[in-house]
Amino acid sequence: MTDLSLTELTIADARAKLRAGEVSAVELTDTYLAAIDAANEKLNAYVAVTADKARQMAAASDARIARGEAGALEGIPLGIKDLFATEGVHTQAASHILDGFKPRYESTVTANLWADGAVMLGKLNMDEFAMGSSNETSYYGPVINPWRAEGSNTDLVPGGSSGGSAAAVAAWLCAGATATDTGGSIRQPAALTGTVGIKPTYGRCSRWGTVAFASSLDQAGPIARDVRDAAILLKSMASVDPKDTTSVDLPVPDYEGAVGQSIRGLKIGIPKEYRIDGMPQEIETLWQKGVDWMRDAGAEIVEISLPHTKYALPAYYIVAPAEASSNLARYDGVRYGLRVAGKDITDMYEKTRAAGFGDEVKRRIMIGTYVLSAGYYDAYYLRAQKVRTLIKRDFEQVFEAGVDAILTPATPSAAFGVADQDMAADPVKMYLNDIFTVTVNMAGLPGIAVPAGLDAKGLPLGLQLIGRPFDEETLFRTGHVIEQAAGRFSPKRWW
Amino acid sequence: MSVDIDTVKRVARLARIAVDDEAASRMSGELNAILGFVEQLSEVDVENVEPMTSVIPTHIRMREDKVTDGGKADDIVANAPQTADNFFLVPKVVE
Repeated sequence: MTDLSLTELTIADARAKLRAGEVSAVELTDTYLAAIDAANEKLNAYVAVTADKARQMAAASDARIARGEAGALEGIPLGIKDLFATEGVHTQAASHILDGFKPRYESTVTANLWADGAVMLGKLNMDEFAMGSSNETSYYGPVINPWRAEGSNTDLVPGGSSGGSAAAVAAWLCAGATATDTGGSIRQPAALTGTVGIKPTYGRCSRWGTVAFASSLDQAGPIARDVRDAAILLKSMASVDPKDTTSVDLPVPDYEGAVGQSIRGLKIGIPKEYRIDGMPQEIETLWQKGVDWMRDAGAEIVEISLPHTKYALPAYYIVAPAEASSNLARYDGVRYGLRVAGKDITDMYEKTRAAGFGDEVKRRIMIGTYVLSAGYYDAYYLRAQKVRTLIKRDFEQVFEAGVDAILTPATPSAAFGVADQDMAADPVKMYLNDIFTVTVNMAGLPGIAVPAGLDAKGLPLGLQLIGRPFDEETLFRTGHVIEQAAGRFSPKRWW
Repeated sequence: MSVDIDTVKRVARLARIAVDDEAASRMSGELNAILGFVEQLSEVDVENVEPMTSVIPTHIRMREDKVTDGGKADDIVANAPQTADNFFLVPKVVE
C-alpha cells in the first residue's frame, strides 16, 4: 500500500516542502490519487477524478518550481465542487439534467487557482444544484462522512451542499477544496466534518462560471484543514471580475497575514436570539467555551440583539427558491444536457425537466414559481425582500455600535445519519440545519466555521464567526484563536 | 392558504415540469408544509421598509461599447443534444 502520510500535510506545510524540493508536485499528486482510489468507493466524495490532467498539471508545477517561478499554490492538489465550470471536464452540479455537460470555458474562481499553480484532482460530489444540507440530493448518491460516532458503524452525512468538498478535505483526499454557500453550504458541512470553511462577503469571489442557484445569495469560498489554509485558498479564489458585475472592486488582502494576529481589544458580540429552543446542551456548552477563549485572548465580550434572526430562514425559503426557479429555467433540453423526447416542444420541456431534476430541486422550483406567480408576488416575495432589509439592518446596527465580529454556533447538531427518517418526512426539518448560517447570506456578510470540539459521541462541532462586509481578515484572526484553543480534529480511518 | 392538487398542477405547468397525480398529491403536502413554515413572515411589521435589491452597495460598471467576444458558434452548440449546422434542433414549433 502507498504511504499516504504526504496527504496529511497542510497546504502551508506542503508549500514549504515543494519549494524546498523535499517533495515533488507529481509525487504529492500521485499520493492523493492513490488515496482517492482507495477511499472513493466508500466515501463517494468525487464524482469525477481527472488523474491524467492532474499529473500533467503537477509536472508543469514541478517545472515552474525548478525555474523559480512558483505561484502561490504551486503544486497543491485541490478538489473542485461540481458546481464550478471546468473546461472539458465533468460539470453537472451533481444533477442528471446536465448529463454529459463539459463546458468550453473555465470559471473565474478555478481559473484563478490554476493561474496560481494549483493542481485539479477532480470534481466533488454535492447536493443537486447545491440544494440540500446532507449531500443526499445528489444524482450520484450520498457522500459518506469520514467521521463515525464512537463504537458505531452507522454512516453519517457530511452535511451539504458542499458535502463532497468537506468529506474529501477531512478524509485527506485533497489538500483543500472549493465550495459554495447560498444558505450555509460551506459552513454547515465544514462544521459536520471538523474542517474550516469560510463564506466570504457577497461580491468577494466572482460568480462567473459557477452554476447559479440563487444569484443574490450564492458565494464561493474554500474548505480547508485549518484556518491558515483557508486564508491561503481564499486569497487565490477572490478577485474582481469584469464578467461578474456583482464582484466588488476592492483589493484582495493578504489573508494569511491576519492569521496569528492578536485579537486583544476586539469586541465580540454574542447574539441572544441564537439561543434557540431545544438547543442541545452540548452546543450551548461549546458556545460558552468559545466565549471564554475569546475573552482569554483579550477580546471584550458584549451581549447583542439581532431581533429579526428567526425570520431569516422563512424569508430564505422564499427568496432562494424564487431565484432558483428563474435560474433553472435554462435547463430545457435544447442547449445542453439531458433531453427526453416529447410529442411537441412543451411536452419535451416538461418530460426533460421531470426526468432531469431530483425531488428537492423540483420542490424548490415549484415553491419559487408559486411565490412569484400572479397574485402572490407581494405577499411572499416582496415581503421576504423587506424582511431581508430588516435582517441586514440588525447587523448594521450592531457593527455601528463597535462590534468587530459575532460568535455563534455553526449548526444546531452534529452529523446525523444517512436517510434520516424525520428529515425525509418533513423538508422543513432538513432546512433547520441552516438556522445559524442563513442570516449571513441574507445580509451578504462573511462567515467562517471553525471546529471547536467533539460531542459526547466523538463527532465534531463547529463555531461560527460573522464579520463586517469585506472584513474576512478579522474572521481569520478570531477563527485562529478558536483553533489554537480547541486544537484540530481528525477522523479515525475506517475506509 | 392551502395548495390543492389542481394548484400544484397549474404551477408545475408554469414551471414546465411534468407531474402525474401521485407526484402532485405528494407535492401538495410538501408545498403546504413549506408555505406553512414561511407564513410566520406575516407577523413582521414591514411598513415603510424598502425591499432588498442588493446586499452590497453596487453601481453597474460601464465599459466601452465594443465587441469583445464572439465567433464561438462551435463552442456554443458543442453540448447540445441535437444540432445541425450550428443550429439547435427542437421539435417542430410552427405548423
